Amino acid sequence: MTDAITLRGVNKRYADFAALDDINFAVPSGSLTALLGPSGSGKSTLLRVIAGLDVPDSGTVTIDGHDVTRVPPQRRGIGFVFQHYAAFKHMTVRDNVAFGLKIRKRPKAEVNQKVDELLETVGLSGFQTRYPGQLSGGQRQRMALARALAVDPRVLLLDEPFGALDAKVREDLRAWLRRLHDEVHVTTVLVTHDQSEALDVADRIAVLHKGRIEQVGSPTDVYDRPANEFVMSFLGAVSSLNGVLVRPHDIRVGRNPEMAIATTDGTAENIGVMRATIDRIVYLGFEVRVELISALTGGRFTAQITRGDAEALALKEGDTAYVRATRVPAIAGSPQSADSDEALAPAKSP
Amino acid sequence: MTPAPPLKYLMRFAALAYIGVLVIVPAGLILWRSFSPGLGQFFSQISTPAAISALQLSLLVVAIVVPLNVLFGVPTALVLARSRFRGKGVLQAVIDLPFAVSPVVVGVALIVLWGSAGAFGFVERDLGFKIIFGLPGIVLASIFVTLPFVIREVEPVLHEIGTDQEEAAATLGSRSWQTFWRITLPSIRWGLMYGVVLTVARTLGEYGAVIMVSSNLPGKSQTLTLLVSDRYSRGAEYGAYAISTLLMTVAVLVLIVQVILDARRARARA
Repeated sequence: MTDAITLRGVNKRYADFAALDDINFAVPSGSLTALLGPSGSGKSTLLRVIAGLDVPDSGTVTIDGHDVTRVPPQRRGIGFVFQHYAAFKHMTVRDNVAFGLKIRKRPKAEVNQKVDELLETVGLSGFQTRYPGQLSGGQRQRMALARALAVDPRVLLLDEPFGALDAKVREDLRAWLRRLHDEVHVTTVLVTHDQSEALDVADRIAVLHKGRIEQVGSPTDVYDRPANEFVMSFLGAVSSLNGVLVRPHDIRVGRNPEMAIATTDGTAENIGVMRATIDRIVYLGFEVRVELISALTGGRFTAQITRGDAEALALKEGDTAYVRATRVPAIAGSPQSADSDEALAPAKSP
Repeated sequence: MTPAPPLKYLMRFAALAYIGVLVIVPAGLILWRSFSPGLGQFFSQISTPAAISALQLSLLVVAIVVPLNVLFGVPTALVLARSRFRGKGVLQAVIDLPFAVSPVVVGVALIVLWGSAGAFGFVERDLGFKIIFGLPGIVLASIFVTLPFVIREVEPVLHEIGTDQEEAAATLGSRSWQTFWRITLPSIRWGLMYGVVLTVARTLGEYGAVIMVSSNLPGKSQTLTLLVSDRYSRGAEYGAYAISTLLMTVAVLVLIVQVILDARRARARA
């Protein structure tokens, strides 16, 4: 698989703040890559540098093998979708989607045909004569996607495309974007601060923090084999079990020491089983969050178990329970990686 | 705070009486005085050669001032809204200066600058191009007093629409001038029109700055406001009322356009 986008040694500073700090990064052709990070991590700046909307202080950007570092956004062959839609408010849906084609002076019949096709693809057939103000947020964003796709971009860049939408609409659009990507196959880079969105939609995730890329990998890579504690805690909930970072759903809770051992382990070894007091039980629909206090250290941690398990164990607040971590992610440079049987993540200085 | 009913009615009455005495009664009186001798009288007064010349001159000044204010106002608003530079605060204050300076002072300043004895007096003395006491003087005075309107109406609209749409257009291949015509200008059109309407109203109504720089000759260099004043001071009071009514008619039209534009702007923002 070749790389559609390559960044080499890209730096970008704003006053005394490094938005991008020596970024080396490649996006494989046809992939859907997520740039994931907290606000201020540089992910949007990175996307805007790829688009040409921001110019890096140093480093090079190539798209499809062409050095585009000094090429303006107009001639980069990109499609860009903004968080707040950037709909052309004074134009109808048809004129919005047709904009790039009209700029390219394509014949009218071809423009109309292409616009109708794209609106069909994004599920907005029949909305041609509406204005953006008459559409819902989700519809506006789908229109913006059709508009970006109309010019047959080499790469599609999405800047927090679902960030301004309701939770329900956001989930629908995620699934829809995934299907669209399978259909259209254009190399796509998606910026998001929402780890579940990245895990759900992307086939590759780059985690950014303070202008640096902390880790690049498949969703399972970054989730199960985080390069460092930042990636570990940013990709999902984390519990500290006597100083060892684990995912709350990887903590097994039992009534006696033996029950705290996952049956797949097969043995009755008590190694790693700890006693704790149940402080609070929270029912969150299909899952149950158990907040515990370690008998050994007095530290608080959270376990996440299924509703069925919670009912079978008849857990009550104040009860004593036994817990054991069933899986400890390997984090390079931290002491817990030594006793883990997981593949080691690439070494990374903290 | 909601005042007790008697107080509420008293406040309403006071407000209405205030506006009535200060605005409605004087305006109504002029209308009544203009039309009481009959429509024929009225039309003969507004169709004298001096009146027609004044109307033409006023409209000519508007026709020159409005395009110039648009041509310079929009780029200025763009610079103020989109870039950061040293001295921007000073520029902002300078643009508001015409709001603060008395029009008479504007007239005096123009004479000091462009008059035959002024700093740029060589234009008149050596090039024979008459500015003060000619049409250019009236235009300069009008531009000075109307300068802020287009800028001050367009700049906040530019802030509000942001740069997203322009950036989106750029990623779709639109060059900057294409983006300006297709995206920026349509987005600011209601603010721009509002600024133009205010400019027209102020240009037609300006007196203080214009009287200083005009030779004030009937049928030659009198605008409508100068004609009103001139007729009144020469004792032709009825003629002054008639022209005043004409000016008020224009003002009412401007007001109507203003209300329509306000509604359009509110709708465009939604």
